Amino acid sequence: MELRKDEKPVLSTHDLTIRFGGHVAVDAVSCDFHRGTLTAIVGPNGAGKTTYFNLISGQLAASAGHVWFNGEDITRLSVADRTLRGIGRAFQMTNLFPGLSVRENARLAVQAHQRMGMDLFSMADSHVELIERAEHILAEVHLLDKAEQITSELSHGDQRKLEVALMIAIGPQVLMFDEPTAGMSVDEVPVVLDLIRELKQDKDRTILLVEHKMDVIRSLADRIIVLHNGELVADGDPTEVIASPVVQQAYLGVAPEEKTEGAHV
Amino acid sequence: MIVKLLSGDRPRSKMLSAVLLLILFGLLFAPFLFPGTRSLDTAARICIFIVLVASYDLLLGYTGVVSFAHTMFFGIGAYGTAIALVNMGASYSAIALGTVCGALVAGAFAFVIALFSLRVKAIFFAMMTLAVASAFLVLVSQLSGFTGGEDGLSYRIPREMTPAFKLVKEKVLGVRLNGKLITYYVVFFSSLCLFLVLLRMVNSPFGRVLQAIRENAFRAEAIGYKVVRYRSVATILSAVMAALAGSLMALWLRYTGPATTLSMDIMVDILLMVVIGGMGSMYGAVIGAVLFLLTQSYLQNLLGLLQESLGSLPIVSEVVSPERWLLWLGMLFICSIYWFPKGIVGRLRGT
Ligand SMILES: Nc1ncnc2c1ncn2[C@@H]1O[C@H](COP(=O)(O)OP(=O)(O)OP(=O)(O)O)[C@@H](O)[C@H]1O
Ligand SMILES: [Mg+2]
Repeated sequence: MELRKDEKPVLSTHDLTIRFGGHVAVDAVSCDFHRGTLTAIVGPNGAGKTTYFNLISGQLAASAGHVWFNGEDITRLSVADRTLRGIGRAFQMTNLFPGLSVRENARLAVQAHQRMGMDLFSMADSHVELIERAEHILAEVHLLDKAEQITSELSHGDQRKLEVALMIAIGPQVLMFDEPTAGMSVDEVPVVLDLIRELKQDKDRTILLVEHKMDVIRSLADRIIVLHNGELVADGDPTEVIASPVVQQAYLGVAPEEKTEGAHV
Repeated sequence: MIVKLLSGDRPRSKMLSAVLLLILFGLLFAPFLFPGTRSLDTAARICIFIVLVASYDLLLGYTGVVSFAHTMFFGIGAYGTAIALVNMGASYSAIALGTVCGALVAGAFAFVIALFSLRVKAIFFAMMTLAVASAFLVLVSQLSGFTGGEDGLSYRIPREMTPAFKLVKEKVLGVRLNGKLITYYVVFFSSLCLFLVLLRMVNSPFGRVLQAIRENAFRAEAIGYKVVRYRSVATILSAVMAALAGSLMALWLRYTGPATTLSMDIMVDILLMVVIGGMGSMYGAVIGAVLFLLTQSYLQNLLGLLQESLGSLPIVSEVVSPERWLLWLGMLFICSIYWFPKGIVGRLRGT
C-alpha cells in the first residue's frame, strides 16, 4: 500500500463526535483520507458507520470535532454546500426521486453539478448536453435501457444502481458508498463492484466504502478502518486488520451470527 | 413554435388538447360567443383565476409547499392598483405604478415569510401563512382611511377602458365594441402571457428542481440544491404572480374589497380548483378554474331548469331546488375528487 503521507489528505476528521442523548454514536473519530485511495469501513450493526458518513456529508451536525476537506473546515457547512464542494454520497437506504423518470433523476444530479438550478427561463429539455451526460452515466451503471421508466417501478437492484449513478453525476472528489451491494441479486453485484473498481482507477478520487463482505474488501480496499461502538478501534492494511485479534473480537466476536449470514441490510 | 410557447409541455393527450383548445377559443371569442354582461364577467374571472390557481399550483403541486396566504398576495396586488387609482386618479400611470408596487410588496412579504418559516417543518409554514393572512385581513378592515375598510374601494379607470367609450357606433356581430371589451382583452391577453410565463417556469431547470424537492427534499439537498433557497424563490414567484392577477381583478371590477380578494372563501376555492384540475400540472389549473367558476355561476340556473322540467314530481323537484345549489356544488366536488384522485388532467392523460 502506497499512502502518499507527504501529501495533504483530501478529507480528514478530527475527534468527530455525535451524541444522541446519552448515547455516543460516533466517538472522537480522527482519520485522514488520501487522494487515490479506497478505504473500507467495517464494523457490526449499529457501530456508527452510517452516522460517521452523515457527519461527513452533513446530514447530522457534529456535537464536537471537525471535518476538513481540501484544507477547509466544513464542519458547519450545509449538505448542499458540501456536495457542491465535491463530497458525494450514495445512501444505504435508497433515496431517489420516486415519481420521476430514471433519466430525470440522473439529469437533475448533472444539472446540480453544472449549477444550473436557478435558471428560470430556459427550457430544461433544451439543454441537450445535460441529458447526454445523464445518459452516459446511466450507461455506466447499466440503466440506459430503463431511462424512460418511473423510478419507483425499478427493481431494488436497479434502484441501488441509480443511487450510485446520482452520486457519480455530481462529479465528486470523495465518494462515499454505504453498502452499495446490499440486497442485490448475485448477477447485479459485479456491475457495482466493477464500477467502483473503475472509479478507483482515477487517482484524483477518494473512495470510502462501508461493506460487510470480506472478499469484496480484500479485492478492493487499500486500507480498512474498524468502528466499534462509535470508536475507531483499528486502522491499517486489509489483510493485517482482518487477521488482528481486536477485529476478530470487535467485529466477528460481538456479532457472530453476522459472519455466517455474510451480509445483511 | 407552439411547442416552444408551451415550453415543451405538451398536453400529452388528444382529449386534453381538445379541451384546452376549446377553452382558449371560448375565452378568446367570449364577448361574441356569449354576449351579455354576466357571461363576460364570468369569462374575465376565469382568465384571472387561471393565473391565480396556476401560481398556487407552482407552490402546492410543483414544490409541495402548503400555503394559505395566496389570497393575501392576490389582495396586495388588487389593493396596490386600487389605491393608486384612488389617489392618482384614473390614469394609465396609476395602473402601472400600482401594479408594480403591488407585485413588489407581495414579493417582499413572501420573502420575509419564507425567511422566517421555510427552514422549519412544513406544517409550521402552513400555520404561519394562515396567521399572517388572517392578520392582514384584519389590518385591511381596520385601516379604513387607506383601504376603505369592509366597504372596500371603488374607483374610476381610464375612460378608454369603460363601457362609456365606444370604439365604433354600430354593433359588430351583435356586440357593442366599447371600453369594457378593451378591458376584457387586456385581462385575457395579460392572463395568457402570465400563464405562459408560469408554464415556462415549471419547465425550466428551476421548475425541475422544484419537482425534485417535492419528490424528495432530502435527496435534492444531497445532490447540491439548497432546498430552502429554492422553496423561498418559488414562494416569492408565486406571490408576485398572484399579485399581478389581483391587479387584473382590480382593473376588471373597478372595485376592490376584502370579499373580492382577501377572504378565506377564495382561498378554499383556489385549493378546490387546484385539486379538481390536477395538482402538479399547469393545465390542471386551467381546467379546474374553468369548471369551478362555470359551475359556481351557472349551477343555480341549471337547477332551476331541472326543477321546472321535473315540476310534477314532488320530492325530487324539492331536492333540485336552486336554493340547494351549494349542496350540489359540494357533492360534485366530493365525487370529482373521489373519481379523479389525480385531477381531471390526470384522468384525461390516462395516468
Ligand atoms: N438520528 C438518530 N437518533 C438517535 N440515534 C441514532 C440516530 N442515528 C443513529 N443512531 C444510533 O446510532 C448508532 C449507530 O447507527 P448507524 O446507523 O450509524 O450504524 P451502522 O454502523 O451504519 O449500522 P448498520 O451496519 O446496521 O448500517 C445506532 O445505535 C443508532 O441507533
Ligand atoms: Mg449503516
